[in-house]
Amino acid sequence: MPAPTKIRSLPDAVADLIHDGDTVAMEGFTHLIPFAAAHELIRQGTTDLTLVRMTPDVIYDQLIGAGLVRKLVFSWGGNPGVGSLHRFRDAIENGWPRPLEVDEHSHAGMANRYVAGASGLPFAVLRGYQGTDLARRTTTVSTVTCPFTGEVLAAVAALNPDVTVIHAQQADRDGNVQLWGLTGVQKEAALAARQVLVTVEEIVERLEPHPGGVVLPAWAVTAVAEVPGGAHPSYAAGYSVRDNDFYRGWDAISRDREAFSAWLGEHFPTRKRQPGSSASASASTSASVEEASAR
Amino acid sequence: MSEWTNDELMTVNAARALSTARTCFVGIGLPSAAANLARRTVRPDLVLIYESGALGAKPTRLPLSIGDGELAETADAVVSVPEMFNYWLQAGRIDVGFLGAAQLDRYANINTTVIDRGPGRPEGRLPGAGGAPEIAANCREVLMVLRHSTRGFVDRLDFVTSVGHGAGPGDRERLGLRGRGPTAVITDLGILRPDPDTAELVLTDLHPGVTVEQVRAATGWPLKTAATIGTTAPPTGAELDALRALKAAEAQTSI
Repeated sequence: MPAPTKIRSLPDAVADLIHDGDTVAMEGFTHLIPFAAAHELIRQGTTDLTLVRMTPDVIYDQLIGAGLVRKLVFSWGGNPGVGSLHRFRDAIENGWPRPLEVDEHSHAGMANRYVAGASGLPFAVLRGYQGTDLARRTTTVSTVTCPFTGEVLAAVAALNPDVTVIHAQQADRDGNVQLWGLTGVQKEAALAARQVLVTVEEIVERLEPHPGGVVLPAWAVTAVAEVPGGAHPSYAAGYSVRDNDFYRGWDAISRDREAFSAWLGEHFPTRKRQPGSSASASASTSASVEEASAR
Repeated sequence: MSEWTNDELMTVNAARALSTARTCFVGIGLPSAAANLARRTVRPDLVLIYESGALGAKPTRLPLSIGDGELAETADAVVSVPEMFNYWLQAGRIDVGFLGAAQLDRYANINTTVIDRGPGRPEGRLPGAGGAPEIAANCREVLMVLRHSTRGFVDRLDFVTSVGHGAGPGDRERLGLRGRGPTAVITDLGILRPDPDTAELVLTDLHPGVTVEQVRAATGWPLKTAATIGTTAPPTGAELDALRALKAAEAQTSI
């Protein structure tokens, strides 16, 4: 009996793997951001998510604005080269369309949290956070004393998402995956997760080695979906270029609640939930708000 | 009328500050413009390092994001983000970290996280830390570039995202921060540098035509001045041509 295929349609894979309340990491450092999978979450209305990502970027701005996100774990929340992520700001500052709890780190801290998760360790050690206010607002940074030198170093808790979603250039029919160019933290994010969904530009007969390529063997991947252009407005080296005009244009769309809601309605007419309609939207006050008022 | 803008003065002087650097960890925005200008003027062999994973990027135009494709295509090596932060930055291999900031205090500590908007109002949200805390901690030295205003140059930070000289001399050593910390803050009015004895930023250089009073008025603490204040050399034709060509190439890509 052949093994069941890992190649799935995107709607099926998202419905099977990602459920309400899950912790989901959708990684890709500017390059290879899995936008199509995020848009499928909007269509399916999967909600109460804890989203993890070093740079929330426009992809999470859209999910936050759509009211699907309960908590965000991140390290830099801007629109690169353009300015603010307005839906992210509106959620944190004003609780619209629902309060957003945040767990905020530095890039080095986030990268090492994934490394710990991928390594099966409870935490990672780094030189970081000393003297900053970051550690005062999170329970996932502490210190550890080196048993050999006595030096006190930062410790960050491992990240182990329920599901990590990444976009890659290619997979073969067995579900072996290859990505290249800026590969960011995707290998660590994938290996830290219990399940891994990969969208790819194309399915090829045979993966040819690329310089700097990262290969995830099929047995480390849960499902693969062929989605050409699935990283747009981010890009896939060798297939597309970054749509910088979309990133610039997002500023005006996202700045205004009505403009954003119109964008959502236009692009996702069949989505199952409206912004702010989540059952648990008012269930709890976000930690960020409590901490802010306690300062 | 002047033949250049204050922003051009800032970027040209920021590029000059890299004239002896070998490697530079580049933040997006003003630092990236300055570092790319340095490669076209005072330091053609400057190694540009972008946190997205590009070591030795040689972009032909200013990237919009730190992950634009051209950075990887022109790099000496492309590495993962954990490798970048752990092996290259944390291990102390990088000469200069070049940072911008939303708020900066007299010890060159910076805030890029939240702005206190007063009682009863929610904090204003900024993008957050990104790579800055560890860039500020681990590069051999740190340069900063930002426009001079009382909103940016504040008496007290609302949040410490990245440590410059902490609360004064000896603080970096006490905190275990191994780099020298900020050595210059280049603005559109002049240059501030830490006093060797107190670590407090003092005005050391004015751009041509700028007065001490102008700088003091744009600084949110009682700014001290160095014993002698220099004047930065006016931009050369070559510097202005290179900067304007960079900006024009950036503008073209947005059409």
